[in-house]
Amino acid sequence: MSDPIGIDPSDWVCPLPLRETKRIVIGHGGGGILSEELIENLFLPAFGSAGGPARDSALLDVVGGRIAVTTDSYVVNPLFFPGGNIGDLAINGTINDLAMSGAQPLGLTAGFIIEEGLELEVLGVIAQTMGKAAAEAGVGIVTGDTKVVGKGGADGLFVNTAGVGVVPDGLRIGPEQARPGDHVIVSGNLGEHGVAIMSVRDGIDFGTTVITDSAPLHRLVAAMLSAVADPNVVHTLRDPTRGGLVAATVEIARTAGIGIELDEGRIPVPDTVASACSFLGLDPLQVANEGKLVAFVDPAHSEAVLDAMRSLPEGAGAVIIGRAVEEHPGMVVGRTPFGTTRVIERELGEQLPRIC
Amino acid sequence: MKYLDEFRDPVAAKTLVDKIHQRATRTWTIMEVCGGQTHSIIRNGIDQLLDGAVEFIHGPGCPVCVTPLEMIDRALEIASRDDVIFCSFGDMLRVPGSHQDLFSVRARGGDVRIVYSPLDATRVAAENPDKEVVFFGVGFETTAPANAMSVLHAQRLGLTNFSVLVSHVLVPPAMTAILSSPTNRVQGFLAAGHVCTVMGTSEYGPLVEKFGVPIVVTGFEPLDLLEGVRQVVDLLESGKAELRNAYPRAVSDAGNTVAQQALADVFSVTDRQWRGIGMIPQSGWTLSPRYAEFDAERKFGVGHLQVQESAECHAGEVLQGLLKPNQCPAFGKTCTPRTPLGATMVSSEGACAAYYQFRRLETGGAPAPTSSTAAHV
Repeated sequence: MSDPIGIDPSDWVCPLPLRETKRIVIGHGGGGILSEELIENLFLPAFGSAGGPARDSALLDVVGGRIAVTTDSYVVNPLFFPGGNIGDLAINGTINDLAMSGAQPLGLTAGFIIEEGLELEVLGVIAQTMGKAAAEAGVGIVTGDTKVVGKGGADGLFVNTAGVGVVPDGLRIGPEQARPGDHVIVSGNLGEHGVAIMSVRDGIDFGTTVITDSAPLHRLVAAMLSAVADPNVVHTLRDPTRGGLVAATVEIARTAGIGIELDEGRIPVPDTVASACSFLGLDPLQVANEGKLVAFVDPAHSEAVLDAMRSLPEGAGAVIIGRAVEEHPGMVVGRTPFGTTRVIERELGEQLPRIC
Repeated sequence: MKYLDEFRDPVAAKTLVDKIHQRATRTWTIMEVCGGQTHSIIRNGIDQLLDGAVEFIHGPGCPVCVTPLEMIDRALEIASRDDVIFCSFGDMLRVPGSHQDLFSVRARGGDVRIVYSPLDATRVAAENPDKEVVFFGVGFETTAPANAMSVLHAQRLGLTNFSVLVSHVLVPPAMTAILSSPTNRVQGFLAAGHVCTVMGTSEYGPLVEKFGVPIVVTGFEPLDLLEGVRQVVDLLESGKAELRNAYPRAVSDAGNTVAQQALADVFSVTDRQWRGIGMIPQSGWTLSPRYAEFDAERKFGVGHLQVQESAECHAGEVLQGLLKPNQCPAFGKTCTPRTPLGATMVSSEGACAAYYQFRRLETGGAPAPTSSTAAHV
């Protein structure tokens, strides 16, 4: 569903005065003229100057409610993958972390740890993608930081984004709010981001048409919260990123002290994702998503919330996949299409592709 | 989706389940040989569907689980060397050796890489001529052809920095060992479909004749498994010992003859230790002498490493079908995926891990918190 931000590196012209190098050198992080040029000529044109005049910290106007704060670091390898790159991932991911508390984002920070030798053009494309993603989400990148480390000190580029948002007074969304009877909703197809990344990872690279689902979800959340008069019919929101749907639901079951039953036949997994996972020996329910959410909603209002979700492209595929129960607290149980049950549990670490 | 959805159809599954229950006059004890089949049976609850008609005994067909401890230790020793890039299939990385696993070696600076194909390891060797590149060649007849190809490919490229740590195992000798055991309870087999895709079906006729057991070559999707079980139950109820092929879309009688030729060229049959079971004569492949230059065991002089298994681990009895995983005193207590005593708790195809992952609702025991997130709540 996501509209990938299409920047063709071959069309992009680096706005930086090309002095003696086309690559990042240690001096770009030294606080001198090279640093200033990097900010003035590469980052600011890409991001705009949402934070107003340059100063050590950005100032944001707040009206009522509580402040939501989040931070996330992005170390994805490779930097570019089908449908996106580390830049839009860093913007959308942090917006989504804010949105899962019911917050509407006020502003983002961007921190870069750059490995010496990274091509300026690559950094430029990523910065432009970030600026475009932030503009499309209607959120400013209000302050930032750049460090350069020596060759081998980082894997090309690490990006950290922090976000600040406001949760309206009286809104009580959180994992502890999920309760027996709640309907479990996912906003659309699962597993696309993880499969897109794996398809271009060194040593695996297989051909696929799957692209990342990376997308900001704050507008979807706003629509869900205004679906009925009382926004608190939405009890819990979670974006199923690393560890996928399994990690998200298991954590909610443990935090809320509830059991969760998922109807495996209703969980939306596209054929392309299912076949890639089958081929690699992975569980699509444990594969990462970057533009989907899981919601626990009062069953009396779940249809209204679903209607509101389906009115937006990022929620067009929303479906009810299960419910919270009083039995087996802390445990997620899957009902298979064959009428049998199984425990759904997280992996110890990352999923490991099977031998055969 | 072609070749997946049609074999996961709940309505067709119900029909097969009903047929099996109608035909079975008692509970038959059937062993599925392959770990992939075990995973699918437990994940989809096929054992629940057939309760009363079939008791499944989970066979020794998980390559991760049966790779002997000393072979893991040899891998760890080689992977710890500064001059080595060690390439392995993913699920071997978490298998405990005597003191550590390959993940720990990597965390200490060892260059351990997950590859999907042994041919990726030859590519790594070509790209890193100043390093020794070693591939951990484990698995049954299924994975062996690609491993053989990597040796032939390395020879063609003239790579002198590529070698394979070979620990291949063979299915028919393991089935012979199980059937010859005085404690054997297995009355019929689901033979491993992918193994037969490579090797064909001819090796199983003599087992049917000698031991008088039905053997049905079976696939991995729910309908494949149910059809395999239906045929075994039908043969058992008829008192017939026959070899049948319930996976004809992948398995021909002759198998993949090109692969078989490569295997015969590159490997030679040897006695092999099976983790938890012990020595089974003529049950493995090792590199044949003419490819000795690609033998990592020889190149790095690690053949002397011999070790003892943990006495607390009953994986051997599980792999022989004498014990259900949840009947082991250590199951879910001292032995979990986080602290595995044996390899059957490591791989997703291992019977103990499959029970731990999917079956705690029946086997009891609430999940212990395994993450820092859970510890906070």
